[in-house]
Amino acid sequence: MSEFDTPLLDELEKGPWPSFVKDLKRAARKKPAAKDLLRQLEQSYKDKIGHWKHGGIVGVLGYGGGVIGRYSDSPEQFPGVEHFHTMRINQPSGWLYTTKALRTICDIWEKYGSGITNFHGSTGDIILLGTTTDKLQPCFDELSAAGFDLGGSGSDLRTPSCCVGPARCEWASIDSLDLCNDITHTYQDELHRPAWPYKFKIKISGCANDCVASIARADLSIIGTWKDKIRVDAEAVKAYANAGLDIRHEVMYLCPTKCISWNKDSQTLTIDDENCNRCMHCINVMPKALRPGKDTGATILVGAKAPILKGAMLASVIVPFMKLEPPYTELKDLIGKIWEWWDESGRNRERIGELIKRKGMRTFLKDIGLKAVPQMVKEPRSNPYFFWWPEEVVSGKET
Amino acid sequence: MAKTDIGPPNYKEFLSPLMLENYGKWKHHEILKPGVLVHVSETGAELYTVRAGSGRLVTIDFIRDVCDIADKYCDGYLRFTSRHNIEFLVTDKSKVEPLIEELKTQGLPVGGTGHGITSIVHTQGWVHCHTPATDASGVVKAVMDELFEHFVEMKLPAHLRIALACCLNMCGAVHCSDIAILGIHRVPPAVKHSEMHKCEIPNVLASCPTGAIRNDPANKSVTVNNDRCMYCGNCYTMCPNMPLMNPDNDGISIWVGGKVSNARSGPKFSKLAIPFLPNTPPRWPETVAAIKNIVQVYAKGARKHERLGEWIDRIGWEKFFALTGIPFTDKHIDDFEHAETTFRTTANFKF
Repeated sequence: MSEFDTPLLDELEKGPWPSFVKDLKRAARKKPAAKDLLRQLEQSYKDKIGHWKHGGIVGVLGYGGGVIGRYSDSPEQFPGVEHFHTMRINQPSGWLYTTKALRTICDIWEKYGSGITNFHGSTGDIILLGTTTDKLQPCFDELSAAGFDLGGSGSDLRTPSCCVGPARCEWASIDSLDLCNDITHTYQDELHRPAWPYKFKIKISGCANDCVASIARADLSIIGTWKDKIRVDAEAVKAYANAGLDIRHEVMYLCPTKCISWNKDSQTLTIDDENCNRCMHCINVMPKALRPGKDTGATILVGAKAPILKGAMLASVIVPFMKLEPPYTELKDLIGKIWEWWDESGRNRERIGELIKRKGMRTFLKDIGLKAVPQMVKEPRSNPYFFWWPEEVVSGKET
Repeated sequence: MAKTDIGPPNYKEFLSPLMLENYGKWKHHEILKPGVLVHVSETGAELYTVRAGSGRLVTIDFIRDVCDIADKYCDGYLRFTSRHNIEFLVTDKSKVEPLIEELKTQGLPVGGTGHGITSIVHTQGWVHCHTPATDASGVVKAVMDELFEHFVEMKLPAHLRIALACCLNMCGAVHCSDIAILGIHRVPPAVKHSEMHKCEIPNVLASCPTGAIRNDPANKSVTVNNDRCMYCGNCYTMCPNMPLMNPDNDGISIWVGGKVSNARSGPKFSKLAIPFLPNTPPRWPETVAAIKNIVQVYAKGARKHERLGEWIDRIGWEKFFALTGIPFTDKHIDDFEHAETTFRTTANFKF
């Protein structure tokens, strides 16, 4: 018999990829909760079903979210995981850490929890996986004293997330880190006290490569871009060509707007910036030669979400270009209007994207005071069922 | 009483002196080899990044090991990526190679950059979720073991991003991935009528996103309209007497061709490739083989820089199914909202 009698899980200790089973066993040697987690997981591998219940509201004083209750459905068999709650902790912008900060979290979690974590959860939080109801408050107290706070859960704002931004990336057209930190601190109440129809996610990417998948996942997606010209270093272009990059095939032909031309003889690359849609491909392929422009800001999109309920949605453009400088007043005004509109009309469990779909983008734009522009659509409508606002038609005699 | 609403620590506390000095001044970068980047500043300063894969589900022992390494080679400065990789942020170039050696010794693979496969974004699965249709960490481990060469090398036509969600609630938001592994339930909750009086029936009714659950006051229970249930498990969240997990019917579906980046073509959803594969712990051989097959056929057929979805757009879905040998079924034809936008409305197609 293996150490914890987990013959199925032991199979996952083999192979080159880091093994979570090997790692969980380290925790299992120290903590009864971690040991029973491993044993219950083995049971799931035998039964081919999960063994967790939700149910029961747990939390810490002053907060409406951030802690998820979790209970074993077989507490007699696995007493160590009878209560095995999750704490979501705000990650710092860009998931940047010092080892000192990480060790602090580890020490607190060793004291109050199972010692098991996710670095990180899908939404971005640090996930502390597995503690009991009585440990939640003291654990939170110590995290708070160390400078950490809870993330969101339920019908509230989720911890906003962002890419590494200007801390390490030359493509960041906005200060994604500062903006993320600023709005996370600005909206603490929205993050900690669920009061909305459903969840709301904000994600910030410095460029259209969108490393945090904001366009697929965020109710409010902020993507850095520029309005002027791509900066070209002509000598560096030549260096790429001389080093063997096939600029014609790998750059020019793949440009979606065909706005790049390449003269092989003179080794000059010309960009018709007026017709560039800033997709990032050429910059991705030639990062030493091409850089985003200097007149930078962000495109604001709304409404992305996973399938629950009306099917998955991608985010849609509502502001093609917004300058984003601290204190980000224009953006915060817009966020305030969006939340007010959603809060007023949204049904239970209706994400902003679904509400816009139900009420119509036209109504949404009018109510939050945005003017329709072609950048908002792939194409204009093709059906003739459109409506006029009363003030747009001549209010004549009744016929 | 603890302070509340303090928010996260300021990220600036976690930037190395070099990163602070060159904040917003980065000029360009280069992938020196798989897993190793150098970013060069306008000031001439260089920052080296060494990227390593991680299981995501990690213990504090693991984190402390990682901290020991970071203290030794990069003054304690590190970060995590949006796909759960660990990035060691190295100021001293001479420490890059020794760091890579140490990571290898400790079993942490270095890679995940450029035209290859990086860590799989994933959810909790059986280890901690209450509505999973499959496990997460185990499937990810089995798939990454098999695709390991693509993590430590960069020999695919383009980036290939894989994500796993253990049910359609999609905590992992896998719906725009080159390859998405999605756990699916296939049967509605089996209501334990004799136990239902222990649950708050109004909450159960309100929890159903499709209104499929009706009150049955005579029996102090509920009835489920099976035709409207799409197996999300929200009712089970409210009431443990409505379990929907089922060892024979739960399993995995595979979706392909999504992307998030705007490069070349716009972001797109992943589309259904394989409607069902059984749950076969501990190593899910059917799922691993199916994904490996898709990766191999893509790697052979796609042009340089072509993401999986862009390759399929070029060759057509009929060719995708023919080349991969994946059977096309009635499950592949949409019948939810906007289904008609996915039907073929031209006479242009291939045989």
